[in-house]
Amino acid sequence: MNNKRFWILGLLVSVIIAGVVSYYASSHPDGLEKAAEEVGFIGDAQDSAVADSPLADYGVSGVEDERLSVGLAGVLGVLVMVVVAGGGFMLLARKPKQRN
Amino acid sequence: MHIPDGFIDAPTSAIFGAASVAGVAVSLRGARKQLDERAAPLAGLVAVFIFAVQMINFPVGAGTSGHLMGGALAMVLVGPHAAVLAVTVVLIVQALMFADGGLSALGLNVFNLALVGVWSAYVLYALLRLILPKVRSSVVVGSFVAALVSVPVAAVGFVGQYAIGGSEVFGLGAVFSAMFGTHVLIGIGEAFITALTVSSVLSSRQDLVFGWKAPLRSPVEV
Repeated sequence: MNNKRFWILGLLVSVIIAGVVSYYASSHPDGLEKAAEEVGFIGDAQDSAVADSPLADYGVSGVEDERLSVGLAGVLGVLVMVVVAGGGFMLLARKPKQRN
Repeated sequence: MHIPDGFIDAPTSAIFGAASVAGVAVSLRGARKQLDERAAPLAGLVAVFIFAVQMINFPVGAGTSGHLMGGALAMVLVGPHAAVLAVTVVLIVQALMFADGGLSALGLNVFNLALVGVWSAYVLYALLRLILPKVRSSVVVGSFVAALVSVPVAAVGFVGQYAIGGSEVFGLGAVFSAMFGTHVLIGIGEAFITALTVSSVLSSRQDLVFGWKAPLRSPVEV
């Protein structure tokens, strides 16, 4: 597969997973939450300091439609990841120019 | 397996925060050495992909779900150091933007999901590479096994943190048995997603796959 196609496909798959497929994710508690419920320490959990942020829990506050809300949050997350992780790794890998 | 604030007390969270900073610093140095301008974009893409796939909770039996951790996947594709950084970036973005995983618990989560997840997968994968034949399918088999095992190992990481800084009301045995079995099941999901992704990248761009091209001669050699 040529270079360009590989990257476009990788990004496209990520956008579709975060933007579309995410709506169909299971909403059951995850393994840790379930364990905390079973054992009894789920009540110790506190809200995150950013629990009121506009994207908390993978939804855009103010967007009523559930599918749109989680999809938008996912796509925004992917964009931020592209900038932060993509940019970060490129900077990290940049070798200082050799001095003569 | 993102720990919210409050499960583990503040001093313990701070200790694991410091340990995570140290572990990430080691990987920053390692990744700087290991990554070149050809490998760096894949590390970025892997982080993006893990973020996306972590949104997909899959059911694992009665009323419980799990999602990809991604440490083993990232390790096989881009090497352990870049993998630690990739998973760490995912956790930071999730905690800050999406309130997924507590802020004071960030160090606990980086410790379990990035450091324990990646390095346990790395050691196991390196051992498997010594045993398995030097063919491409071994990379997929090794990824599968390393991914599967890394999830319950990371869950044990949480049990350890709970032993040090969790509520003393509940017995550790109960916490362990509630965590372990479920995370073996989640590990099976992790294994399938990891093997599928690794084999897709192998079949399109095997030249980029760390777990195929890297000379892993011993588990300690990075």
